[in-house]
Amino acid sequence: MKGTVGRLTRIFVINSVRILTLLLAVSVITFVLVSASPIDPVRQYIMGLGTAVSPEQRAEIEDYWGVNEPPVERYFGWMSELLKGNLGESALYRRPVADIIRERFLNSLALMLCAWVLSGGIGFTVGCVMGMYRDRLPDKILKKVCYVISSIPTFWLGLVFLLVFAVWLKWFPIGFSGPIGVLRDEVTIWEKLYHLILPAFTLSLMSFANIALHTRQKLADVLNSEYVLFARARGEGGWMILRRHGLRNILLPALTLQFASFAELFGGSVMAENVFSYPGLGSAVSAAGLNADVPLLLGVTLFSALFVAVGNMTANLLYGIIDPQIREVDG
Amino acid sequence: MEQKKETLLEIHDLSVSFRMYDHGLEQTELEVISDLYLTVYPGEIVAVAGSSGSGKSLLASAILGILPGNAAVHGHLHYKGQELTKERQERLRGTEIALVPQSVAFLDPLMKVGAQADGHRKPFPTDRRKKLFERLGLPDNTERLYPFQLSGGMARRVLVSTALLTDAELVIADEPTPGMSLEQALEALRMFREMADNGKAVILITHDIDLAVEFADRVAVFYAGTTVETALAPDFQKGPDALRHPYSQALWRALPQNGFTPIAGFQPYAGALPAGCLFAPRCPHKTEQCTNAVPPVREIRGGEVRCYYGA
Repeated sequence: MKGTVGRLTRIFVINSVRILTLLLAVSVITFVLVSASPIDPVRQYIMGLGTAVSPEQRAEIEDYWGVNEPPVERYFGWMSELLKGNLGESALYRRPVADIIRERFLNSLALMLCAWVLSGGIGFTVGCVMGMYRDRLPDKILKKVCYVISSIPTFWLGLVFLLVFAVWLKWFPIGFSGPIGVLRDEVTIWEKLYHLILPAFTLSLMSFANIALHTRQKLADVLNSEYVLFARARGEGGWMILRRHGLRNILLPALTLQFASFAELFGGSVMAENVFSYPGLGSAVSAAGLNADVPLLLGVTLFSALFVAVGNMTANLLYGIIDPQIREVDG
Repeated sequence: MEQKKETLLEIHDLSVSFRMYDHGLEQTELEVISDLYLTVYPGEIVAVAGSSGSGKSLLASAILGILPGNAAVHGHLHYKGQELTKERQERLRGTEIALVPQSVAFLDPLMKVGAQADGHRKPFPTDRRKKLFERLGLPDNTERLYPFQLSGGMARRVLVSTALLTDAELVIADEPTPGMSLEQALEALRMFREMADNGKAVILITHDIDLAVEFADRVAVFYAGTTVETALAPDFQKGPDALRHPYSQALWRALPQNGFTPIAGFQPYAGALPAGCLFAPRCPHKTEQCTNAVPPVREIRGGEVRCYYGA
């Protein structure tokens, strides 16, 4: 086990270095892109003030912000503040970006976590059923369902759900993370969960079909393997084989897929949160984009890169713990 | 004297075919085993010899009932005097009939070897397995290893142990020796011999005729999915004159120590089998009769042969 800890530490260190370099690259690229874009942060800021500003005052603000300095200097200025933990202040919300990300991310995390568990659980189960009944009726039906769902855009599906379940059937609220007219601090956990169900379900449908189809294929490969043939020769029946050999051998690829879906999940959450007016990071990023809120945009971009990279690192670490073919080699 | 005993396994007129889609929706039946016969008595090793594609491994799957879904089996398949139905196969496989598969690929790559040898039936035979591993010369830590950590010889012994743990009366060993050193191969075959001497029966599917003949009682020679001859093992040591079928004789002559002489032609593919005797197109003795009808099985000198002229 000592070998395992050592190896995991090594994976952790290597991945952490990779994440740092990745974040550095992302910061440079986003900075360059925002600098090159027609967004004028000063004008955006002044519009936010809501008062008229004379050209002299405007020049003063530009001076104060360092708008006319060379881009490299501006980048290092931003970077040094960033390293101190100062992500700047959102022009849109008039609050520190770090606070907004923290608050919004918790909402998004709840949403994404629910969707992630749902899509992983449903996808894996459906995939197993398809694999066990492959080429028979249950498989054929479920496969078509998967194809249909994976070809539907998330936002459209979200609108349909909203229409059916919230507007017509009135089973679920039409949006937000709590009831309208109730103070944020007074919203109970159950009300939060209640508001979470529909967006989480919509979001989970995005990756569930993918996971189900991959699991099906992987299980079909396993069931065609020689070790399953031998298991049958020893008298193991279908479900016994799934339990003893199937799950064991499809779990690893399923986990990889599940953690690799962090990127998709984040992208999907932008759509889902907008459709359901859910106050998460996804709706913050589109608001920041539409309103040219540069500090918030840069902050969220960096943060989402970190989020996805950490997801991938978790997969790598889990692999080291679960896969004996990796674990035992230098164990 | 052996013939007076009751048979353990009796197969004749066995055919195995696969349903295939030819062009679009056109279904064809591809017959890969035809008119096959094999009889196995308790206490003996029957070697099954023949080249690749002669139906050796398929026979093993047919006996165990683990052929793929598109396969159809017809013919007489009896175990202990009773028909081996699908239900009986399901009940017997892994208990009375055990398979020793070919390679480490038949072990689950993600399951520890000890648990795999124990199998799925409770209570797990853990104590017996530990003793057996020790007897087979497997190191103490073997049970905690994964298949990829085993050497070829260790994997072989683990596979053999799965059959030994079942108390099976019929063991089907599918090419157990390739990839092993001569020492290991001899050790494995000695274990099969021991099983047979304890009253079990072993079907030894093999490429290695020399080695098989050393340990087997009888040798069944397969060609293109059918049995052409069943010879007593010593016949193979005596030479071609003791053998009954022209293909067995050709097989003997093709052995390295007997001149390495090949015969012309190829084993026909399933789906393109000739009418009559399957070996006729390559046979030096063929007559019109051979190409018209499949020759019947005849008993000659304690063996059996499917040939009009075998002697």
